[in-house]
Amino acid sequence: MTRRKPMEGCCLGIESTADDFSVGIATFNGEILANIISAYMPPEGGIHPREAARHHAENASKVLEEAFKKAGIKPKDLSVIAFSQGPGLGPCLRTGATVARALASYLGVQLVGVNHCVAHIEIGKLKNDAEDPVTLYVSGGNTMVAAFDAGRYRVFGETLDIALGNCLDVFAREAGLRQKPGEPFGAIVEKLARNGRRLIPLPYTVKGMDMSFSGLLTASINMLKKGDLKLEDLCYSLQETAFSMVVEVTERALAHTEKKEVLLTGGVAANRRLQEMVRSIAEEHDARFCTVPKEFAVDNGAMIAWAGVLAFTHGVTTPIDESFVKLRWRLEEVEVPWVK
Amino acid sequence: MGEISPPLLMKKGAEACLYLAEWHGRKVVMKKRLPKGYRLSEMDEQIRSYRTIHEPQLIHEAKRAGVPTPTIFLVDVKNSTIIMEFIEGKQLKRLLNEVSEKDRLHLCRQVGELIGKLHKHGIVHGDLTTSNMIQSSDGKIFFVDFGLGEKTKELEALGVDLHLMKRALQSTHFKFAEECFQNVIEGYSSVLDAGTVKNVLDKIREIERRGRYIAERRS
Repeated sequence: MTRRKPMEGCCLGIESTADDFSVGIATFNGEILANIISAYMPPEGGIHPREAARHHAENASKVLEEAFKKAGIKPKDLSVIAFSQGPGLGPCLRTGATVARALASYLGVQLVGVNHCVAHIEIGKLKNDAEDPVTLYVSGGNTMVAAFDAGRYRVFGETLDIALGNCLDVFAREAGLRQKPGEPFGAIVEKLARNGRRLIPLPYTVKGMDMSFSGLLTASINMLKKGDLKLEDLCYSLQETAFSMVVEVTERALAHTEKKEVLLTGGVAANRRLQEMVRSIAEEHDARFCTVPKEFAVDNGAMIAWAGVLAFTHGVTTPIDESFVKLRWRLEEVEVPWVK
Repeated sequence: MGEISPPLLMKKGAEACLYLAEWHGRKVVMKKRLPKGYRLSEMDEQIRSYRTIHEPQLIHEAKRAGVPTPTIFLVDVKNSTIIMEFIEGKQLKRLLNEVSEKDRLHLCRQVGELIGKLHKHGIVHGDLTTSNMIQSSDGKIFFVDFGLGEKTKELEALGVDLHLMKRALQSTHFKFAEECFQNVIEGYSSVLDAGTVKNVLDKIREIERRGRYIAERRS
Protein backbone atom coordinates (compact mmCIF):
# COMPACT_ATOMS: atom_id res chain seq x y z
CA MET A 1 0.00 0.00 0.00
CA THR A 2 1.42 3.34 -1.02
CA ARG A 3 1.04 6.48 1.00
CA ARG A 4 -0.72 9.15 -0.97
CA LYS A 5 0.60 12.63 -1.36
CA PRO A 6 -1.46 14.82 0.93
CA MET A 7 -1.68 17.62 -1.65
CA GLU A 8 -3.91 15.47 -3.83
CA GLY A 9 -6.81 16.01 -1.44
CA CYS A 10 -9.00 13.36 0.13
CA CYS A 11 -12.51 13.46 1.50
CA LEU A 12 -13.89 11.02 4.04
CA GLY A 13 -17.62 10.43 3.83
CA ILE A 14 -19.91 9.03 6.51
CA GLU A 15 -23.23 7.48 5.59
CA SER A 16 -25.77 6.63 8.29
CA THR A 17 -29.24 7.52 6.99
CA ALA A 18 -30.84 4.15 7.74
CA ASP A 19 -29.66 0.61 8.48
CA ASP A 20 -26.13 0.92 7.08
CA PHE A 21 -23.18 2.63 8.67
CA SER A 22 -20.53 3.22 6.08
CA VAL A 23 -17.29 5.13 5.63
CA GLY A 24 -15.85 5.91 2.23
CA ILE A 25 -12.76 7.81 1.16
CA ALA A 26 -12.52 9.57 -2.21
CA THR A 27 -9.73 11.62 -3.75
CA PHE A 28 -10.46 14.94 -5.38
CA ASN A 29 -9.88 13.20 -8.73
CA GLY A 30 -12.71 10.78 -8.16
CA GLU A 31 -10.74 7.77 -7.11
CA ILE A 32 -12.51 5.71 -4.44
CA LEU A 33 -9.86 4.52 -1.97
CA ALA A 34 -12.17 2.82 0.48
CA ASN A 35 -15.83 1.98 0.92
CA ILE A 36 -16.52 -0.01 4.09
CA ILE A 37 -20.15 -0.85 4.85
CA SER A 38 -21.45 -2.27 8.10
CA ALA A 39 -25.07 -3.34 7.75
CA TYR A 40 -27.46 -3.55 10.66
CA MET A 41 -29.82 -6.44 10.30
CA PRO A 42 -32.77 -6.48 12.66
CA PRO A 43 -33.40 -9.93 14.17
CA GLU A 44 -36.97 -9.49 13.05
CA GLY A 45 -39.33 -6.84 11.76
CA GLY A 46 -38.20 -3.65 10.05
CA ILE A 47 -35.52 -1.16 11.02
CA HIS A 48 -35.90 0.15 14.54
CA PRO A 49 -34.25 3.59 14.36
CA ARG A 50 -32.85 3.47 17.89
CA GLU A 51 -31.47 -0.04 17.47
CA ALA A 52 -29.91 0.88 14.13
CA ALA A 53 -28.36 3.99 15.68
CA ARG A 54 -26.92 1.85 18.47
CA HIS A 55 -25.38 -0.41 15.84
CA HIS A 56 -23.85 2.66 14.13
CA ALA A 57 -22.37 4.00 17.37
CA GLU A 58 -20.93 0.62 18.28
CA ASN A 59 -19.37 0.03 14.88
CA ALA A 60 -18.24 3.54 13.95
CA SER A 61 -14.65 3.34 15.16
CA LYS A 62 -14.12 -0.12 13.68
CA VAL A 63 -15.47 0.95 10.28
CA LEU A 64 -13.39 4.15 10.32
CA GLU A 65 -10.25 2.24 11.17
CA GLU A 66 -10.90 -0.28 8.41
CA ALA A 67 -11.47 2.51 5.88
CA PHE A 68 -8.16 4.21 6.73
CA LYS A 69 -6.38 0.88 6.48
CA LYS A 70 -7.98 0.06 3.12
CA ALA A 71 -7.20 3.51 1.72
CA GLY A 72 -3.66 3.47 3.05
CA ILE A 73 -3.91 6.96 4.45
CA LYS A 74 -3.74 8.57 7.88
CA PRO A 75 -6.47 10.82 9.31
CA LYS A 76 -4.21 13.85 8.91
CA ASP A 77 -4.14 13.26 5.13
CA LEU A 78 -7.81 14.22 4.94
CA SER A 79 -8.76 17.64 3.62
CA VAL A 80 -12.49 17.54 4.33
CA ILE A 81 -15.12 15.42 6.10
CA ALA A 82 -18.54 14.80 4.51
CA PHE A 83 -21.57 13.20 6.10
CA SER A 84 -25.10 12.40 5.02
CA GLN A 85 -27.15 15.17 6.57
CA GLY A 86 -30.49 13.78 5.37
CA PRO A 87 -33.03 12.61 4.45
CA GLY A 88 -33.26 9.63 6.75
CA LEU A 89 -33.97 8.33 10.22
CA GLY A 90 -33.21 10.83 12.99
CA PRO A 91 -31.26 8.73 15.47
CA CYS A 92 -29.20 7.14 12.67
CA LEU A 93 -28.42 10.47 11.00
CA ARG A 94 -27.45 12.06 14.30
CA THR A 95 -24.99 9.28 15.08
CA GLY A 96 -23.19 9.76 11.77
CA ALA A 97 -23.27 13.53 12.13
CA THR A 98 -21.74 13.33 15.59
CA VAL A 99 -18.86 11.20 14.33
CA ALA A 100 -18.33 13.60 11.44
CA ARG A 101 -18.31 16.71 13.64
CA ALA A 102 -15.89 15.10 16.09
CA LEU A 103 -13.50 14.10 13.32
CA ALA A 104 -13.66 17.46 11.58
CA SER A 105 -13.01 19.46 14.72
CA TYR A 106 -10.25 17.13 15.87
CA LEU A 107 -8.49 17.36 12.51
CA GLY A 108 -9.30 21.02 12.04
CA VAL A 109 -10.81 20.49 8.58
CA GLN A 110 -14.05 21.66 7.01
CA LEU A 111 -17.31 19.78 7.23
CA VAL A 112 -19.76 19.21 4.35
CA GLY A 113 -23.33 18.05 4.90
CA VAL A 114 -24.38 16.01 1.88
CA ASN A 115 -27.89 15.21 0.64
CA HIS A 116 -28.18 11.43 0.49
CA CYS A 117 -30.13 11.42 -2.80
CA VAL A 118 -27.68 13.79 -4.49
CA ALA A 119 -24.87 11.44 -3.42
CA HIS A 120 -26.60 8.44 -5.03
CA ILE A 121 -26.87 10.30 -8.33
CA GLU A 122 -23.30 11.63 -8.21
CA ILE A 123 -21.62 8.28 -7.53
CA GLY A 124 -23.70 6.77 -10.33
CA LYS A 125 -22.49 9.47 -12.71
CA LEU A 126 -18.88 9.03 -11.57
CA LYS A 127 -18.89 5.26 -11.99
CA ASN A 128 -20.45 5.47 -15.46
CA ASP A 129 -18.75 8.58 -16.74
CA ALA A 130 -22.27 9.88 -17.25
CA GLU A 131 -22.97 13.56 -17.70
CA ASP A 132 -26.65 14.23 -17.46
CA PRO A 133 -28.82 11.18 -16.81
CA VAL A 134 -32.44 10.65 -15.96
CA THR A 135 -32.05 8.79 -12.66
CA LEU A 136 -34.32 6.09 -11.31
CA TYR A 137 -33.42 5.77 -7.64
CA VAL A 138 -35.17 2.85 -5.98
CA SER A 139 -34.39 1.62 -2.50
CA GLY A 140 -36.01 0.68 0.78
CA GLY A 141 -36.57 4.31 1.68
CA ASN A 142 -36.76 6.13 -1.64
CA THR A 143 -38.44 5.78 -5.02
CA MET A 144 -37.96 8.68 -7.39
CA VAL A 145 -37.24 9.68 -10.94
CA ALA A 146 -34.99 12.74 -11.07
CA ALA A 147 -33.10 14.77 -13.61
CA PHE A 148 -31.01 17.92 -13.57
CA ASP A 149 -32.56 21.21 -14.67
CA ALA A 150 -31.50 24.77 -13.90
CA GLY A 151 -29.14 24.34 -11.00
CA ARG A 152 -30.82 21.47 -9.21
CA TYR A 153 -31.90 17.88 -9.52
CA ARG A 154 -35.65 17.99 -10.06
CA VAL A 155 -37.95 15.21 -8.97
CA PHE A 156 -40.08 14.25 -11.96
CA GLY A 157 -41.96 11.50 -10.27
CA GLU A 158 -41.92 9.74 -6.94
CA THR A 159 -43.90 7.48 -4.71
CA LEU A 160 -46.93 8.98 -3.07
CA ASP A 161 -46.62 6.60 -0.13
CA ILE A 162 -44.13 3.80 0.54
CA ALA A 163 -40.90 3.08 -1.32
CA LEU A 164 -40.63 0.21 -3.80
CA GLY A 165 -37.97 -1.56 -1.72
CA ASN A 166 -40.12 -1.18 1.35
CA CYS A 167 -43.04 -2.78 -0.50
CA LEU A 168 -40.91 -5.81 -1.43
CA ASP A 169 -39.43 -6.08 2.08
CA VAL A 170 -42.75 -5.99 3.90
CA PHE A 171 -44.24 -8.51 1.50
CA ALA A 172 -41.28 -10.83 2.06
CA ARG A 173 -41.60 -10.52 5.83
CA GLU A 174 -45.33 -11.22 5.65
CA ALA A 175 -44.55 -14.32 3.61
CA GLY A 176 -42.34 -15.52 6.45
CA LEU A 177 -39.10 -15.19 4.48
CA ARG A 178 -35.84 -14.52 6.31
CA GLN A 179 -33.06 -12.32 5.07
CA LYS A 180 -29.44 -13.17 5.64
CA PRO A 181 -26.26 -11.11 5.43
CA GLY A 182 -25.51 -10.84 1.72
CA GLU A 183 -29.03 -11.93 0.80
CA PRO A 184 -31.52 -9.18 1.54
CA PHE A 185 -35.27 -9.60 1.05
CA GLY A 186 -35.09 -8.11 -2.44
CA ALA A 187 -32.71 -10.82 -3.59
CA ILE A 188 -34.91 -13.55 -2.10
CA VAL A 189 -38.03 -12.19 -3.79
CA GLU A 190 -36.11 -11.93 -7.06
CA LYS A 191 -35.03 -15.57 -6.83
CA LEU A 192 -38.57 -16.76 -6.12
CA ALA A 193 -39.96 -14.56 -8.89
CA ARG A 194 -37.70 -16.27 -11.39
CA ASN A 195 -39.71 -19.45 -10.87
CA GLY A 196 -43.05 -17.70 -11.11
CA ARG A 197 -45.11 -18.43 -14.23
CA ARG A 198 -48.55 -17.05 -13.64
CA LEU A 199 -49.30 -13.35 -13.72
CA ILE A 200 -51.83 -12.52 -11.02
CA PRO A 201 -53.65 -9.21 -11.63
CA LEU A 202 -52.58 -6.65 -9.01
CA PRO A 203 -53.28 -2.91 -8.74
CA TYR A 204 -51.13 -0.92 -11.13
CA THR A 205 -51.10 2.64 -9.82
CA VAL A 206 -49.48 5.40 -11.83
CA LYS A 207 -50.88 8.86 -11.20
CA GLY A 208 -49.35 11.27 -13.64
CA MET A 209 -45.67 10.93 -12.91
CA ASP A 210 -46.17 9.64 -9.39
CA MET A 211 -46.71 6.12 -8.17
CA SER A 212 -48.37 4.40 -5.26
CA PHE A 213 -47.26 1.07 -3.83
CA SER A 214 -49.37 0.76 -0.71
CA GLY A 215 -52.43 -0.62 -2.49
CA LEU A 216 -50.25 -3.04 -4.39
CA LEU A 217 -48.68 -4.23 -1.13
CA THR A 218 -52.05 -4.68 0.61
CA ALA A 219 -53.48 -6.58 -2.35
CA SER A 220 -50.42 -8.83 -2.52
CA ILE A 221 -50.57 -9.59 1.20
CA ASN A 222 -54.30 -10.35 0.96
CA MET A 223 -53.63 -12.77 -1.90
CA LEU A 224 -50.85 -14.34 0.12
CA LYS A 225 -53.10 -14.83 3.13
CA LYS A 226 -55.73 -16.57 1.03
CA GLY A 227 -53.11 -19.29 0.76
CA ASP A 228 -54.17 -20.77 -2.56
CA LEU A 229 -51.55 -19.09 -4.70
CA LYS A 230 -47.95 -20.08 -5.20
CA LEU A 231 -45.49 -17.75 -3.51
CA GLU A 232 -43.34 -17.83 -6.64
CA ASP A 233 -46.26 -16.57 -8.74
CA LEU A 234 -47.01 -13.82 -6.23
CA CYS A 235 -43.40 -12.64 -6.11
CA TYR A 236 -43.33 -12.70 -9.90
CA SER A 237 -46.56 -10.71 -10.20
CA LEU A 238 -45.58 -8.23 -7.51
CA GLN A 239 -42.23 -7.58 -9.15
CA GLU A 240 -43.63 -7.31 -12.65
CA THR A 241 -46.35 -4.89 -11.56
CA ALA A 242 -44.18 -2.68 -9.34
CA PHE A 243 -41.30 -2.56 -11.82
CA SER A 244 -43.59 -1.80 -14.76
CA MET A 245 -44.86 1.19 -12.82
CA VAL A 246 -41.44 2.70 -12.09
CA VAL A 247 -40.23 1.97 -15.59
CA GLU A 248 -43.29 3.60 -17.15
CA VAL A 249 -42.60 6.77 -15.17
CA THR A 250 -38.90 6.66 -16.01
CA GLU A 251 -39.71 6.32 -19.68
CA ARG A 252 -42.01 9.31 -19.51
CA ALA A 253 -39.31 11.41 -17.85
CA LEU A 254 -36.91 10.27 -20.54
CA ALA A 255 -39.32 11.16 -23.33
CA HIS A 256 -40.07 14.50 -21.68
CA THR A 257 -36.48 15.59 -20.98
CA GLU A 258 -34.95 13.93 -24.06
CA LYS A 259 -31.82 13.15 -22.09
CA LYS A 260 -29.40 10.62 -23.45
CA GLU A 261 -28.54 8.61 -20.35
CA VAL A 262 -30.60 6.60 -17.87
CA LEU A 263 -29.11 5.78 -14.49
CA LEU A 264 -30.56 3.03 -12.32
CA THR A 265 -29.42 3.13 -8.70
CA GLY A 266 -30.40 2.35 -5.11
CA GLY A 267 -30.63 -1.04 -3.42
CA VAL A 268 -33.33 -2.33 -5.78
CA ALA A 269 -31.03 -1.59 -8.76
CA ALA A 270 -29.36 -4.94 -8.06
CA ASN A 271 -32.46 -6.69 -9.42
CA ARG A 272 -31.70 -8.20 -12.83
CA ARG A 273 -35.26 -8.04 -14.06
CA LEU A 274 -35.49 -4.34 -13.26
CA GLN A 275 -32.16 -3.74 -14.98
CA GLU A 276 -33.43 -5.54 -18.07
CA MET A 277 -36.59 -3.41 -18.13
CA VAL A 278 -34.77 -0.10 -17.73
CA ARG A 279 -32.23 -1.12 -20.35
CA SER A 280 -35.10 -1.79 -22.73
CA ILE A 281 -36.53 1.73 -22.45
CA ALA A 282 -33.05 3.25 -22.68
CA GLU A 283 -32.51 1.49 -25.98
CA GLU A 284 -35.88 2.55 -27.27
CA HIS A 285 -35.05 6.21 -26.65
CA ASP A 286 -31.46 5.98 -27.88
CA ALA A 287 -30.16 6.59 -24.40
CA ARG A 288 -27.27 4.90 -22.67
CA PHE A 289 -28.20 2.56 -19.85
CA CYS A 290 -26.09 3.04 -16.72
CA THR A 291 -26.17 1.25 -13.44
CA VAL A 292 -23.75 0.84 -10.57
CA PRO A 293 -22.10 -2.13 -8.88
CA LYS A 294 -23.95 -3.13 -5.75
CA GLU A 295 -21.48 -1.61 -3.29
CA PHE A 296 -22.11 1.82 -4.83
CA ALA A 297 -25.83 1.31 -5.43
CA VAL A 298 -26.76 0.58 -1.83
CA ASP A 299 -26.23 3.19 0.89
CA ASN A 300 -22.48 3.70 1.07
CA GLY A 301 -19.87 6.10 2.40
CA ALA A 302 -18.01 6.42 -0.90
CA MET A 303 -20.93 8.29 -2.48
CA ILE A 304 -21.02 10.70 0.46
CA ALA A 305 -17.26 11.22 0.15
CA TRP A 306 -17.52 11.89 -3.58
CA ALA A 307 -20.49 14.26 -3.23
CA GLY A 308 -18.46 15.93 -0.47
CA VAL A 309 -15.56 16.42 -2.88
CA LEU A 310 -17.86 18.00 -5.48
CA ALA A 311 -19.40 20.35 -2.94
CA PHE A 312 -16.12 21.27 -1.23
CA THR A 313 -14.25 21.97 -4.47
CA HIS A 314 -17.14 24.26 -5.48
CA GLY A 315 -17.00 26.24 -2.28
CA VAL A 316 -19.86 24.55 -0.44
CA THR A 317 -19.14 23.76 3.22
CA THR A 318 -21.29 23.35 6.32
CA PRO A 319 -20.37 25.27 9.49
CA ILE A 320 -20.69 23.12 12.62
CA ASP A 321 -23.58 25.20 13.95
CA GLU A 322 -25.53 24.53 10.75
CA SER A 323 -24.74 20.84 10.68
CA PHE A 324 -27.97 19.66 12.31
CA VAL A 325 -29.53 16.75 10.48
CA LYS A 326 -32.44 17.25 8.08
CA LEU A 327 -34.79 14.30 8.26
CA ARG A 328 -36.92 15.38 5.31
CA TRP A 329 -34.42 17.14 3.12
CA ARG A 330 -35.81 17.01 -0.40
CA LEU A 331 -33.58 16.50 -3.40
CA GLU A 332 -34.74 19.65 -5.19
CA GLU A 333 -33.88 21.84 -2.21
CA VAL A 334 -30.18 21.34 -2.92
CA GLU A 335 -28.24 23.55 -5.27
CA VAL A 336 -25.62 21.65 -7.21
CA PRO A 337 -23.22 24.28 -8.57
CA TRP A 338 -20.87 21.60 -9.91
CA VAL A 339 -23.37 20.52 -12.56
CA LYS A 340 -23.54 22.72 -15.62
CA MET B 1 -60.90 2.16 -41.07
CA GLY B 2 -60.73 4.16 -44.27
CA GLU B 3 -57.72 5.52 -46.01
CA ILE B 4 -55.14 7.15 -43.83
CA SER B 5 -52.34 8.79 -45.63
CA PRO B 6 -49.58 9.53 -45.05
CA PRO B 7 -49.02 9.24 -41.29
CA LEU B 8 -46.27 11.51 -40.08
CA LEU B 9 -44.74 10.84 -36.68
CA MET B 10 -45.43 13.96 -34.70
CA LYS B 11 -44.34 12.89 -31.27
CA LYS B 12 -42.89 9.78 -29.82
CA GLY B 13 -44.18 9.86 -26.30
CA ALA B 14 -43.43 7.38 -23.60
CA GLU B 15 -46.84 5.83 -23.76
CA ALA B 16 -47.96 6.33 -27.30
CA CYS B 17 -46.88 7.61 -30.66
CA LEU B 18 -48.79 10.49 -32.16
CA TYR B 19 -49.06 10.63 -35.92
CA LEU B 20 -50.39 13.48 -37.94
CA ALA B 21 -52.47 12.08 -40.78
CA GLU B 22 -55.07 12.92 -43.33
CA TRP B 23 -58.33 11.03 -42.91
CA HIS B 24 -61.31 11.64 -45.17
CA GLY B 25 -59.93 15.04 -45.97
CA ARG B 26 -59.43 15.98 -42.35
CA LYS B 27 -56.27 16.61 -40.46
CA VAL B 28 -56.28 14.04 -37.68
CA VAL B 29 -54.09 12.76 -34.92
CA MET B 30 -53.58 9.04 -34.78
CA LYS B 31 -52.67 8.00 -31.28
CA LYS B 32 -51.18 4.57 -31.24
CA ARG B 33 -50.18 2.83 -28.05
CA LEU B 34 -47.32 0.62 -29.08
CA PRO B 35 -46.44 -2.58 -27.24
CA LYS B 36 -43.93 -1.98 -24.49
CA GLY B 37 -41.14 -4.51 -24.61
CA TYR B 38 -40.31 -4.13 -20.92
CA ARG B 39 -43.76 -5.19 -19.72
CA LEU B 40 -45.03 -8.75 -19.86
CA SER B 41 -47.21 -8.97 -22.97
CA GLU B 42 -50.19 -10.05 -20.88
CA MET B 43 -50.01 -6.96 -18.67
CA ASP B 44 -49.06 -4.77 -21.58
CA GLU B 45 -52.10 -5.71 -23.66
CA GLN B 46 -54.37 -5.20 -20.68
CA ILE B 47 -53.02 -1.73 -19.93
CA ARG B 48 -53.07 -0.63 -23.56
CA SER B 49 -56.58 -1.80 -24.35
CA TYR B 50 -57.90 -0.40 -21.07
CA ARG B 51 -56.46 3.02 -21.81
CA THR B 52 -57.55 2.93 -25.46
CA ILE B 53 -61.15 2.31 -24.45
CA HIS B 54 -61.27 4.68 -21.50
CA GLU B 55 -59.50 7.64 -22.98
CA PRO B 56 -62.12 8.38 -25.69
CA GLN B 57 -64.90 7.92 -23.14
CA LEU B 58 -63.35 10.48 -20.84
CA ILE B 59 -62.59 12.87 -23.70
CA HIS B 60 -66.23 12.71 -24.63
CA GLU B 61 -67.42 13.22 -21.05
CA ALA B 62 -65.05 16.15 -20.63
CA LYS B 63 -66.56 17.84 -23.66
CA ARG B 64 -70.00 17.44 -22.12
CA ALA B 65 -68.66 19.06 -18.97
CA GLY B 66 -67.68 22.08 -21.03
CA VAL B 67 -63.99 21.41 -21.39
CA PRO B 68 -62.67 21.66 -24.96
CA THR B 69 -61.20 18.33 -26.08
CA PRO B 70 -60.48 16.87 -29.51
CA THR B 71 -63.35 15.13 -31.26
CA ILE B 72 -62.95 11.39 -31.41
CA PHE B 73 -63.41 9.93 -34.89
CA LEU B 74 -62.49 6.31 -34.46
CA VAL B 75 -61.39 3.83 -31.82
CA ASP B 76 -59.57 0.71 -32.88
CA VAL B 77 -59.05 -1.36 -29.74
CA LYS B 78 -57.36 -4.25 -31.52
CA ASN B 79 -54.56 -1.95 -32.66
CA SER B 80 -54.74 0.30 -29.58
CA THR B 81 -55.33 3.24 -31.85
CA ILE B 82 -57.50 6.32 -31.51
CA ILE B 83 -58.15 8.70 -34.36
CA MET B 84 -59.10 12.18 -33.26
CA GLU B 85 -59.26 15.79 -34.30
CA PHE B 86 -55.96 17.60 -34.67
CA ILE B 87 -55.88 20.70 -32.50
CA GLU B 88 -53.84 23.38 -34.18
CA GLY B 89 -52.28 25.61 -31.56
CA LYS B 90 -49.61 26.02 -28.98
CA GLN B 91 -48.82 23.89 -25.96
CA LEU B 92 -49.18 25.71 -22.67
CA LYS B 93 -45.78 24.33 -21.75
CA ARG B 94 -44.28 26.76 -24.30
CA LEU B 95 -46.86 29.48 -24.00
CA LEU B 96 -46.43 29.99 -20.26
CA ASN B 97 -42.76 30.79 -20.76
CA GLU B 98 -43.38 33.18 -23.64
CA VAL B 99 -46.23 35.42 -22.60
CA SER B 100 -46.36 38.35 -20.20
CA GLU B 101 -46.96 37.78 -16.53
CA LYS B 102 -50.50 39.07 -16.77
CA ASP B 103 -51.35 36.72 -19.63
CA ARG B 104 -49.62 33.85 -17.89
CA LEU B 105 -51.70 34.23 -14.77
CA HIS B 106 -54.84 34.62 -16.86
CA LEU B 107 -54.05 31.38 -18.67
CA CYS B 108 -53.53 29.62 -15.35
CA ARG B 109 -56.84 30.92 -14.11
CA GLN B 110 -58.55 29.53 -17.20
CA VAL B 111 -56.82 26.20 -16.69
CA GLY B 112 -58.09 26.19 -13.11
CA GLU B 113 -61.63 26.81 -14.30
CA LEU B 114 -61.39 23.91 -16.74
CA ILE B 115 -60.04 21.55 -14.08
CA GLY B 116 -62.90 22.70 -11.86
CA LYS B 117 -65.40 21.81 -14.59
CA LEU B 118 -63.87 18.35 -14.95
CA HIS B 119 -63.96 17.71 -11.25
CA LYS B 120 -67.47 19.02 -10.93
CA HIS B 121 -68.54 16.33 -13.37
CA GLY B 122 -66.55 13.61 -11.69
CA ILE B 123 -63.75 13.47 -14.20
CA VAL B 124 -60.15 13.24 -13.11
CA HIS B 125 -57.61 13.89 -15.84
CA GLY B 126 -54.79 11.90 -14.27
CA ASP B 127 -51.93 13.68 -15.97
CA LEU B 128 -52.40 17.41 -15.69
CA THR B 129 -49.23 18.84 -17.18
CA THR B 130 -48.85 21.91 -19.34
CA SER B 131 -47.84 19.71 -22.28
CA ASN B 132 -51.34 18.24 -22.21
CA MET B 133 -52.97 21.63 -22.70
CA ILE B 134 -53.14 23.36 -26.07
CA GLN B 135 -54.38 26.83 -26.83
CA SER B 136 -56.00 26.83 -30.25
CA SER B 137 -55.92 29.79 -32.61
CA ASP B 138 -59.29 31.04 -31.35
CA GLY B 139 -57.94 31.19 -27.79
CA LYS B 140 -59.72 28.14 -26.40
CA ILE B 141 -57.69 25.86 -24.18
CA PHE B 142 -57.99 22.19 -25.10
CA PHE B 143 -57.17 19.37 -22.71
CA VAL B 144 -55.67 16.29 -24.33
CA ASP B 145 -54.34 12.92 -23.22
CA PHE B 146 -56.84 11.45 -20.83
CA GLY B 147 -55.08 8.08 -20.88
CA LEU B 148 -54.52 8.05 -17.12
CA GLY B 149 -57.86 9.59 -16.25
CA GLU B 150 -60.81 8.12 -14.43
CA LYS B 151 -64.43 8.78 -13.53
CA THR B 152 -64.61 9.50 -9.86
CA LYS B 153 -65.70 12.09 -7.35
CA GLU B 154 -63.48 10.76 -4.62
CA LEU B 155 -61.72 13.53 -2.76
CA GLU B 156 -58.45 11.64 -2.83
CA ALA B 157 -58.48 11.45 -6.64
CA LEU B 158 -59.37 15.14 -7.03
CA GLY B 159 -56.60 16.08 -4.63
CA VAL B 160 -54.00 13.97 -6.41
CA ASP B 161 -55.08 15.47 -9.75
CA LEU B 162 -54.43 19.03 -8.56
CA HIS B 163 -51.31 17.97 -6.69
CA LEU B 164 -49.97 16.65 -10.00
CA MET B 165 -50.73 19.98 -11.66
CA LYS B 166 -48.72 21.70 -8.95
CA ARG B 167 -45.86 19.25 -9.33
CA ALA B 168 -45.87 19.69 -13.10
CA LEU B 169 -45.64 23.46 -12.69
CA GLN B 170 -42.80 23.06 -10.21
CA SER B 171 -40.76 20.78 -12.45
CA THR B 172 -41.24 22.57 -15.78
CA HIS B 173 -42.07 26.16 -14.79
CA PHE B 174 -40.25 26.41 -11.46
CA LYS B 175 -39.54 30.11 -11.92
CA PHE B 176 -43.17 31.07 -11.51
CA ALA B 177 -44.76 27.85 -10.32
CA GLU B 178 -46.17 29.32 -7.17
CA GLU B 179 -48.14 32.22 -8.59
CA CYS B 180 -49.25 30.00 -11.46
CA PHE B 181 -50.68 27.40 -9.14
CA GLN B 182 -52.30 30.06 -7.03
CA ASN B 183 -54.16 31.27 -10.10
CA VAL B 184 -55.11 27.74 -11.05
CA ILE B 185 -56.70 27.43 -7.62
CA GLU B 186 -58.50 30.74 -8.05
CA GLY B 187 -60.01 29.59 -11.31
CA TYR B 188 -60.85 26.24 -9.77
CA SER B 189 -62.57 27.92 -6.83
CA SER B 190 -64.75 30.00 -9.15
CA VAL B 191 -66.34 26.85 -10.57
CA LEU B 192 -66.84 24.65 -7.54
CA ASP B 193 -68.66 25.39 -4.32
CA ALA B 194 -66.63 26.68 -1.42
CA GLY B 195 -67.06 23.54 0.68
CA THR B 196 -65.69 21.22 -2.01
CA VAL B 197 -62.80 23.59 -2.72
CA LYS B 198 -61.85 23.65 0.94
CA ASN B 199 -61.99 19.87 1.18
CA VAL B 200 -59.88 19.46 -1.93
CA LEU B 201 -57.29 21.98 -0.73
CA ASP B 202 -57.11 20.25 2.64
CA LYS B 203 -56.69 16.98 0.81
CA ILE B 204 -53.80 18.38 -1.25
CA ARG B 205 -52.03 19.40 1.94
CA GLU B 206 -52.63 15.96 3.37
CA ILE B 207 -51.24 14.31 0.23
CA GLU B 208 -48.18 16.52 0.37
CA ARG B 209 -47.56 15.72 4.00
CA ARG B 210 -47.89 12.07 3.17
CA GLY B 211 -45.15 12.49 0.58
CA ARG B 212 -41.70 11.61 1.67
CA TYR B 213 -39.45 14.21 3.23
CA ILE B 214 -41.77 17.13 2.90
CA ALA B 215 -40.42 20.11 4.79
CA GLU B 216 -43.90 20.93 6.07
CA ARG B 217 -43.96 17.77 8.15
CA ARG B 218 -41.14 19.10 10.32
CA SER B 219 -43.49 21.15 12.41
